[in-house]
Formats: sequence, structure tokens, C-alpha cells
Amino acid sequence: MNITVKLFATFQKGRFVIEQREYPSGTLVGSIISELQIPEESLGIVMINHRHVKLDRELSEGDTLAIFPLVGGG
Amino acid sequence: MATLEAYLTAGAEGDLISWQVQKSAMELFGCSCARVEEAILTLGLLPARYQRNRQTISIAGQLKLFRSRVTVIGCGGLGGYIIEQLARLGVGELVVVDPDVFEEHNLNRQILSSLDNLGKSKVAAAVERVGAINPAVTVTPFEMAFCTANGPELLAGTRLVVDALDNIPTRLDLAEVCAGLDLPLVHGAIGGWSGHVTTQFPGEKSVEDIYCNWIYGKGMEQQQGNPAFTPAVIASLQVAEACKILLGEPDLLRKRMLTIDLQAMAFNELHF
Repeated sequence: MNITVKLFATFQKGRFVIEQREYPSGTLVGSIISELQIPEESLGIVMINHRHVKLDRELSEGDTLAIFPLVGGG
Repeated sequence: MATLEAYLTAGAEGDLISWQVQKSAMELFGCSCARVEEAILTLGLLPARYQRNRQTISIAGQLKLFRSRVTVIGCGGLGGYIIEQLARLGVGELVVVDPDVFEEHNLNRQILSSLDNLGKSKVAAAVERVGAINPAVTVTPFEMAFCTANGPELLAGTRLVVDALDNIPTRLDLAEVCAGLDLPLVHGAIGGWSGHVTTQFPGEKSVEDIYCNWIYGKGMEQQQGNPAFTPAVIASLQVAEACKILLGEPDLLRKRMLTIDLQAMAFNELHF
């Protein structure tokens, strides 16, 4: 299935800003994050089609997945 | 002698009361700046300092702000700008909480810090700053770290809470305490060029969702630091949300969050 993956801020470095990528059906959000070698401890919010999701969420054909780094400073 | 109300009515120019008249009233009637401000607004008059608010905030709205108590947890990068703006806006009571003193590395962004107050308490600087800007605002400082144990005491009587903390576990504690006390919470966080803002009302769990992937440690701010402009932007958005809550305005950032990347100049909206 075709998934649009968007990366934000520091996650773009050495990766990409936006890409159309192919994944087998049933792929989970967490697997894509591992494949992109995004360290778990730096992971902030993740959304599919502008909606907040957790890592065990299954993707569907045509979804847009957006991944943000963790932000907690003040 | 005339009453305070009669004195103020006689001293009005149109419906504006100048600072000079407000100050004379305090001296003549021996009352606090806050007491005079309340009398002015109750008469349907406006302290002249707020005249540029008036197309946005009515006199009734200004009185509502004056009668509100807002608690700001954290007086650093975000908190400094938040306190500054709430005081200028005319929110009558501010409770400010922070255990820290200013250090040199705060000077790049924390508006309450200066060369003169390095080593001094952040909450004391907040009291001093608000006194210099708008003495009608009462500031209650707590020089301590927020925690679940002291939370209920710190938040007693407050109308809403603004999260200007610098670490994720305490943010989660604050969200939980606010939920338990049925208090609205305006959450903001920054790291490098980025930040986000959301408003959580009782019964919602947006802050918990934001950090559902958190394992330990800090976010991007650890590597990226915090430049001068990021806290100013996020703090301003938080104050706009706080103002809307106090005035009962619609279109809050409830069940949604704004993420801001100032390097890409990209604003994104996320829905919970």
C-alpha cells in the first residue's frame, strides 16, 4: 500500500521531509518508525491524516503519516 | 468627602480614567490599586491603560479578566512572557510558581531575567516586573516546584492553569492534578525552532496523548536548546487561549493541538 510519510524538525536530518513509500498491508505505525531508525526516546506525537494515533495503529492505503520529535521544554 | 465612585466619575475623560486620577484616588481614599481598578470597571469606566484593548475586549470583559485568578506553573522562557502578557492584559490575580533562580544561560530568552537579577528568584522577579507594569494586578509567588502533593494548594481558587514547565513528567502530573480539580489547562512546550500548544478541559486527556510515547528524559530542547523567539511565540498563543477561556470565547484549541516549526514556518493542526 502507498503511504505518504512526513517528517518534522530534527527528524528530517539525514532522512527526508516528505516521501511516498510502499508498505505491505497490515503495517503498523511502530514498524515504520523503527524502519526509519527514529530512536524511541526522541519520539513525540504521531498522526495519521491529522489525527493522533498510537504506535500499534495499522495503516491503510493512502494514509498520510506525520511524525514529530518530542518537545517538552519551557 | 466624595465617595471613591463619585471621585472617579468626576475624573473621567469620556469613559477613560487616567493613571494620574487612578493614583490620586488611591492616595485620597487610602485604597489599593486593585480596589480602585475594580471600582473604575464596575462603574463601566476604563483605566486608560486598556484603551487599546477595547475594540477586542469590552469593559465588561475587562472586569471579568480583573476578577480572574490564573496560575502560571514555571517562570522561565514561556512563563516570563505569559506573566508579562497576562499582567498587561489586566488579569487581576496571578499565582506564579517556580523553584529556580536566574542563571546566565537564561538571558538568551527569559524575559524576566537580567544581568541585575542573576542568582535571584524567578518568582521574585515576576512580582517585581508585574508591579512595575501594572500594580492593579496581585501576584502571589510560590518559590517551589509543582508536584502532585502541593498541587491542590497552589491551584486553590484559580480559574485556569497555564503550563510553562520545562520537563515532561511534571507536565503529566500537572495535567492529572488539573483534571482532578476540574480546571482548564493551557499547555505549551518548546524545543529548538519548534513548539506546540493545546487546551485541555476537564474530562479530556490531550496532554497524556501528546506524551503517550514518552519513555524518559527531555525532548528536542536537550540538543537544540531554546532560542529567543520560540518561547515568545508559544507563550503568546497560550495567553490568547487563556484570554478566550476567561472571556468565554469559542474556538479554543480543545481536542486539537497546533504544532509550530519556525524554521520551516509551518503550522500544523493535530486532532485528538
